[in-house]
Amino acid sequence: MKVLALHLGLLALLLAAHFLLPAYHHGNLARVMVLASYALAYNLLFGYTGLLSLGHALFFAAGMYGMGLGVQHLGLGAGAGLLLGIASGAVVSGLVAALALRTSGVAFMIVTLMFAQAGFLTILHFGEWTRGDEGFVLVQAGRTLLGLDLSAPGPRYLAALALFSVCLLLSLALVRAPFGRVLVAIRENEERVRMLGYDTQAHRFAAMVASGTMAAAAGAVYGMLFGYVGATFASVQYSILPLLWVLLGGAGTVLGPFIGTLFMFYLIDLSSGLTTAYMLIAGVALVALTLFAPQGIMGEVRRRLWRGLP
Amino acid sequence: MSLLSVRGLTRDFDGLRAVDGVDFDLTPGEVRALIGPNGAGKTTLVGMIAGRIVPSSGRVTFDGRDITRLPAHRRMRLGMAYTFQITSIFAGLSVSENVTLAARRRVRGAGLAGAVTQALTRVGLEGRADQVAGDLAYGHQRLLEIAMGLVQRPRLLILDEPTQGLSDGEIAGFQDLVRDLAGEVTILLIEHNMAVVMALAHRVTVMAAGHILAEGTPAEIHANRAVQAAYLGGTDAADR
Repeated sequence: MKVLALHLGLLALLLAAHFLLPAYHHGNLARVMVLASYALAYNLLFGYTGLLSLGHALFFAAGMYGMGLGVQHLGLGAGAGLLLGIASGAVVSGLVAALALRTSGVAFMIVTLMFAQAGFLTILHFGEWTRGDEGFVLVQAGRTLLGLDLSAPGPRYLAALALFSVCLLLSLALVRAPFGRVLVAIRENEERVRMLGYDTQAHRFAAMVASGTMAAAAGAVYGMLFGYVGATFASVQYSILPLLWVLLGGAGTVLGPFIGTLFMFYLIDLSSGLTTAYMLIAGVALVALTLFAPQGIMGEVRRRLWRGLP
Repeated sequence: MSLLSVRGLTRDFDGLRAVDGVDFDLTPGEVRALIGPNGAGKTTLVGMIAGRIVPSSGRVTFDGRDITRLPAHRRMRLGMAYTFQITSIFAGLSVSENVTLAARRRVRGAGLAGAVTQALTRVGLEGRADQVAGDLAYGHQRLLEIAMGLVQRPRLLILDEPTQGLSDGEIAGFQDLVRDLAGEVTILLIEHNMAVVMALAHRVTVMAAGHILAEGTPAEIHANRAVQAAYLGGTDAADR
């Protein structure tokens, strides 16, 4: 009950922010919510299942390009584009999971990294359609959903909030369901789970597809709300970022990904206003946080204040 | 009719034959102890029975069904439970959640909480259900491990050195528990503590160097010269 109130409270706060925030922060928060949805997806696999992927940009980009190419070249509307994006993510993550889950640990990191690089190069290779590095601006038809113009700040914010709400509540439900508890157990001690009669491989596969599909949904919505589809989003940088956000906010907590994304976004935003060497400030802050709160911000909250925090 | 039957089971590790053509049968309801010096192949044999180790050759039959090719989790679903030699619990989760995970394959919904409480009561941990498992004393972690085995209501319960590191009082409690279970469930017990073996086992199987050296009642094994030789390093060596 307390748990549900906390998470719904955050969503209510974000809804209130829609009416209260000045335009600049209003726009920022919309972006943070979409990126936090991506971080939530990453957290399902990394935080709860204990699998460190270095290739999630592939899933984010699968959603973004599935949506973008569908709208641009197949003439799909925004709704159909979104579904195509999500479906692309499900298929791509299913294929990658089937191969990458034959490995574990460092090998898993490298295999996922390689798959993501292959995806990135594929996007560059088919430059005729994807416009390669340069990317393309999404046509207006792809940015109108249910009669709402998603390029306008108001609907954009609300669409971002809708995506974030779905991802947050889905994550919460998943990690509290028996399936999610088995994932946590796999993270803690996989061999023991296997010897309790659970098919750990099937659980890890399902977790990776769920994570990849959610990441794709975030990628598709990101392209739609901000009107741009580009290869940068498939680059290794976008595989590392969700890892950082989740580590900062607290891996294996439902609120951590949002807190981490928000923290990092404003850390860079504020420090870049002070100096051109803003990454230095960001770096020092990150080092300090890993030294003093190695379990991330929400991980620390759980340790000190509330042990039952999901 | 035996519950578990093993024929010609062999396992090589890089030229070392850890288990060599072992035949082995368990009758339903018995408590069987598996003993032998270190390196005799006990854990490897049990690992092959439970599906943790793939045999080089041989066959394992459980309840009339050939399970040699089944992965471990499928064997557990057929009614085996396995407790680890080195305590292997979910240290970050609560005691009750540890047992819940073990129980959930068998019971869902309303009966779950009852089954968990019952298993914890049986090993005497009912007062510690909400503690984090990693914070328990070592002896209590061993008992939790056993509760996780019990709650699965297995037909075959494999206990790998369950009394290792337990105090005398805890060992006495463990013996009461196993006596209580005898008849209800078939138990295969790897054990170094001879007092425990003599007190609990209906039959004892002795392994040495990958082979089965002897099998019989505790009294027979106690009197067996070959067994004494295996433990004491051989009479020949002692004579010289």
